Amino acid sequence: MTHFGTILTGIAFSPNLKANVFETLRLGSFLNSKVILVHVGEKNDKKEQQISEYCNTFPEFKKNVTVIWKSGNPVDVIINACKDHKADLLILGAAKRQKSKRYYLGAIAKKIAKKAPCSLLLFIKPSIERVPCRHIVVNGLKHPKTNNTIQASFEFANAIGTNKVTIVEEVAQSEVTIKVDDDKSLEKSTLLQEQILERETSRVSVILNEIDDSLKEGISIKSQGIFGTRGYSIGHYAKIQRADLLVMNKPEKSTFWDKIFPQDIDYILSELPTDVLIIH
Amino acid sequence: MTNSKNIKSFFTALPKNIFAGFVVSLIALPLGIGLALASEVPPIAGIITAVIGGVLVAILGGSNVTITGPGNGLVGVVAGAVLLYADESGLTGSEGMYQGYLIVLAAVICSGLLMLILGFLRLGKLSNYFPSSAIQGMLAAIGLIILGKQFHIMMGNRISKNGNLEYLTEIPQTIIKSFSYADTSLTFAMLSGVISLIIMVFYAKIRNKYLQLIPAPMWIVLLAIGFSYYYELVLQLPNPIHPDYMISGIPEAHEIIANIPTPNFNKVNTFGFWSVVLSLTLIASIESLLSIKAVDKLDPEKRRSNVNRDIKAIGFANIIAGFLGGLNVVTVIARSSVNVNNGASNRSSNFFHATFLVVFIVLFSTELTRIPLPALMAILVFTGWKLAHPSKIIDTFKIGKEQGFIFLTTLIITISVGLIEGIVAGIFATGLIHLIINKNLVHFFRNILKPNVLMFKEKDTNNYYVSVKNFCTFLNYTKLKRKLDTIPETEEVIIDFSFCDFVDHTVMENMADYKEIFRKKGGNFEIIGLDLLDAGSKHPFGLRRMLPVKKVLESTGVLTNRQQLIKSIAKELDYSYTVRKKIETEYLENFIYFKTKTINHTYNEIGKKDSVFKVFDVEFYEGEFIAKEVVRATMLYTELDHILPIFSIHREGLLELIYHYAGFKDIKIDKESEFSKKFYIKGEDALAIQQLITPELAQLLLDNPTFHIESNGYALLIFTKERLAGTNEIKKMKIFANDLKKLI
Repeated sequence: MTHFGTILTGIAFSPNLKANVFETLRLGSFLNSKVILVHVGEKNDKKEQQISEYCNTFPEFKKNVTVIWKSGNPVDVIINACKDHKADLLILGAAKRQKSKRYYLGAIAKKIAKKAPCSLLLFIKPSIERVPCRHIVVNGLKHPKTNNTIQASFEFANAIGTNKVTIVEEVAQSEVTIKVDDDKSLEKSTLLQEQILERETSRVSVILNEIDDSLKEGISIKSQGIFGTRGYSIGHYAKIQRADLLVMNKPEKSTFWDKIFPQDIDYILSELPTDVLIIH
Repeated sequence: MTNSKNIKSFFTALPKNIFAGFVVSLIALPLGIGLALASEVPPIAGIITAVIGGVLVAILGGSNVTITGPGNGLVGVVAGAVLLYADESGLTGSEGMYQGYLIVLAAVICSGLLMLILGFLRLGKLSNYFPSSAIQGMLAAIGLIILGKQFHIMMGNRISKNGNLEYLTEIPQTIIKSFSYADTSLTFAMLSGVISLIIMVFYAKIRNKYLQLIPAPMWIVLLAIGFSYYYELVLQLPNPIHPDYMISGIPEAHEIIANIPTPNFNKVNTFGFWSVVLSLTLIASIESLLSIKAVDKLDPEKRRSNVNRDIKAIGFANIIAGFLGGLNVVTVIARSSVNVNNGASNRSSNFFHATFLVVFIVLFSTELTRIPLPALMAILVFTGWKLAHPSKIIDTFKIGKEQGFIFLTTLIITISVGLIEGIVAGIFATGLIHLIINKNLVHFFRNILKPNVLMFKEKDTNNYYVSVKNFCTFLNYTKLKRKLDTIPETEEVIIDFSFCDFVDHTVMENMADYKEIFRKKGGNFEIIGLDLLDAGSKHPFGLRRMLPVKKVLESTGVLTNRQQLIKSIAKELDYSYTVRKKIETEYLENFIYFKTKTINHTYNEIGKKDSVFKVFDVEFYEGEFIAKEVVRATMLYTELDHILPIFSIHREGLLELIYHYAGFKDIKIDKESEFSKKFYIKGEDALAIQQLITPELAQLLLDNPTFHIESNGYALLIFTKERLAGTNEIKKMKIFANDLKKLI
């Protein structure tokens, strides 16, 4: 597969270790990719044995797994490993806010996520057993990267046996230039919204047509237009639809302003609605 | 073509609007004079305000059947400012008052400018940031201020005190004193006031069509003038009412034009001046916006007012009024409702109300001096009483003790300190209470600026679906409002608060307003997801917050609106209704759909006594191993009197159900190819299922494609979406189930 040839993940001996490794290996076997496990810190026998034990659970896939032991600053180690091994996908785990039960990306993971030179998969609830991924929500923004993202989503969906993909066209509220003041302007604005949605739907259907039929087989495809703040409303949508995975474009390099005002991706990273796949 | 049609309908509606304008002017005349006098400005200023407001807002405004003119709310601020500047001017008596009036005119102009800017910046929505209990408290305070001050004049006992509170505490003294006036002319003054008050109070209670032809304030005016003529012409005696208590200084029309006052801008560089300007702007905007909102509900044609345009027009009218000697122009609720009741259909009635006022002044200005002051003040005392009626406090306490606290805080601070301070205190009190109730400061601040509202049109049903996250209070209500305002009121809307931990009273009240508007215009506005939030009180507008988990199984006993609607459906169908959560859910577990799910409980159940037919909300977790998100959905369960094959039917792509039925084949129904193409039919016994699908059944399912139907052999499970259903959806589900049972 072009998009997920090499999967890399950082491992630390957290209580989630087993689930993290299992998720990664399972995904690797579905996507038929190479898997690199990067351990930040000193190598020792006990740890090595533990990891090889986990790998043994996937006897047929074991041969595709490489384990790397390296000390240093976790952010640098992971980023450099991604570069050195030309990783296509980096997997990170999310943390959970105790009180509000909301998932977010920890400080280190966030730094890694922002610097990563490849696609990213953020797991909120890694699990040892397989939890099927049934519904994928993909952004359908008007952006040059979107074609690639949708293509990758279908590759992913096809590999892991997803039955439903929803393409969400987020339209910034500011595109609805007619402000609603009274009945007349309401009518006009409703019309304009419908036109915009129609335009978006047809744009997305062009992209969908370019995708190979074999990838789309067995998947029910829906598209939904929503008006709202980019990046945020798609997360909200994924949450209320109880999607299992949200796929998004990787945002452009952040500028000075982006650091002051939160951008699309920041909304998602600070409150993960589901597992999130960010396509480079 | 539409233009000529519009013009035609405008002219056909003209007589009605002229009549409505006439009736309104009958109230506006005494009220205008009374409000001006209570504001310590020349009486004609009230009429000027109404005339300028009526003409300009009728031409430039964006609402339909509102009336503009001098407002109650501003009396306290204007009077206070006039007295203050009169003192500062060093002049005494009416000279000093006139100087104060000139400075107030400058403040009126400045506040008009501010409102114009607010209108251009589309900040009409600013008023949404005020918690509704604080606004109620402020209005009650304004009522008390008017009542406290004018009561004494109504009783023929003019006094001068420093604070609003002192005027109120002095009321018993005035009543005692009124029984022992040495001067009978004062007793007559008092009697004119008391009789007028009695007229105001009992007018609405007497349903007599001849009496009701003329509004109460006009009756007072007519009786007073008649009384004066009776003494002059019949008894040939001077008017027995003390001359100090008669309206003085209503100039002739030509004098008004000759003596247009020049606003005095000397104080424009002082802090005090701008605090007056700010108060005027604040009250004028809030009073106008509240009135516009209230009048929109009364409008028989259910039009939506262009609020920003109206605010601009009112701001502009304020500037002009200020230059011509008038006070702040405000949209006024009482006069507007009279306007609607008398058949007004467009803004021209506002224009005619102004025209008739001009006619009255030109023809009868000298007659107006025959009206005793206490009679006019009785009208204001009555208005003040209406604003500050004790039932308002009781109602607010019914919504919740915390709302009562906000109300009282605002009220007390407004009366004892000032208006701006009062409303600020109200906002702070509300914020503080929200923090105390939620005990989660971090959550509040982390989410306050985030967009928390998602709205989209569900493609299969064409419903608008609105989901609100985190919390929804007066602080972020505009975000929700902005979305809701883009939905035509003829549509179906479902607003889902299930991801919200906290919804406050201001939002609940506004939701109720939306509900009403949608109902009136033929749409439907349904609120779901509040059932699990703990209510602060039994009142439907009480704030709601997420229950701690352990309490979830106990019912709070306070039904949400949806629960009440479900209850009424149950009553209609003669079903029983159980709010309580039931954990006996075995009967659901042998449906394939629930095989991979853990059912927590069912609740909000309606059904026949023998429970073979019921609709309920069910809460379940998905997946056995890790607790995926909790799902709540509304489902219908009905038992059958014969055996059926096990099957499931749902439309392609409707639900993500394919996974559950992995072991089953998709059965093709050859004779019903259209049906077969659109639906997934799954089951083991293909032959039996093929026999089951008759053309009638296929048609029924094609007509109702949103339903998911499942059979476990002896019972059916029907639902639409994996979320709670609105009551309309419940009704549809029930009808569908009945039709379905007949065919199976």
